[in-house]
Amino acid sequence: MLHPITTNHYLILSAALLLIGTVGVLTRRNIVIVLMSIELILNAVNINLVTMSHHWKNLHGQIFAVFVITVAVAEAAIGLGILIALFRNKETVQADEIDLLKW
Amino acid sequence: MLDTFFFYVFSVLTLGGAIATITRRSAVHSALSLVVSLLGVAGLYLLQRAEFLFAVQIILYIGGIMVLFLFVIMLVNLDDAERQKQFNRQWLLGLVTSALVCAQMVWMLTKGGTLGLPEPPQSTSVQTGGNIEQLADLLFREYLLPFEAVSLLLLVAIVGSVMLARKNP
Repeated sequence: MLHPITTNHYLILSAALLLIGTVGVLTRRNIVIVLMSIELILNAVNINLVTMSHHWKNLHGQIFAVFVITVAVAEAAIGLGILIALFRNKETVQADEIDLLKW
Repeated sequence: MLDTFFFYVFSVLTLGGAIATITRRSAVHSALSLVVSLLGVAGLYLLQRAEFLFAVQIILYIGGIMVLFLFVIMLVNLDDAERQKQFNRQWLLGLVTSALVCAQMVWMLTKGGTLGLPEPPQSTSVQTGGNIEQLADLLFREYLLPFEAVSLLLLVAIVGSVMLARKNP
């Protein structure tokens, strides 16, 4: 009954994780949760990279995954810094209430 | 056999945690669900013999980024946000778009029956040392310049986040 796990299993899983993250980014109002959904998307990409690295039996994919994680850290730090500055000025964390640039 | 079992366990952790992350009302609950999801991803790394990334995932993502998220959730007052509407006006459009992308992926998968990946090479050069040793070799020889560039990026991110979160800029 239990069949062996192939590369395709991992790719389908990562596609599903990417879709869940996209739905989170597109539908939620709370900026904190939107940032978390972006982390989900980056994790889906990382699963893909590691899977391909395992499939082709070389390590370049894992190196790229390390770089993706670094960029994710920088993105989270900057995003949360912006969120704090925004909350100090506008007293809201809802993405659709921030419309200063909208005329 | 055992690999199959653990793959499904970690998949359920990953996808269940992800779905809980985007549906919970409270941001703290979302963050804790995201920790579960990231743990599942770490397990998947371990199943694919990526031990270094497994350790990095737990130390950096769960120990670093998630603590940062929880700190900000505590700093920012989210009580009002919890009582308001959770989904924006375009939620239906977002769902339809995602469903379209999902349909396209399913169509691509079922059309050929396989993803059409070529067979992996049978035997490459003899690999010496563990995963971390090989990664370090590659990172500090072939990828030295990107490595230094990314350290500059982190420096900019540190300075930038301090500047952004400061009280009187």
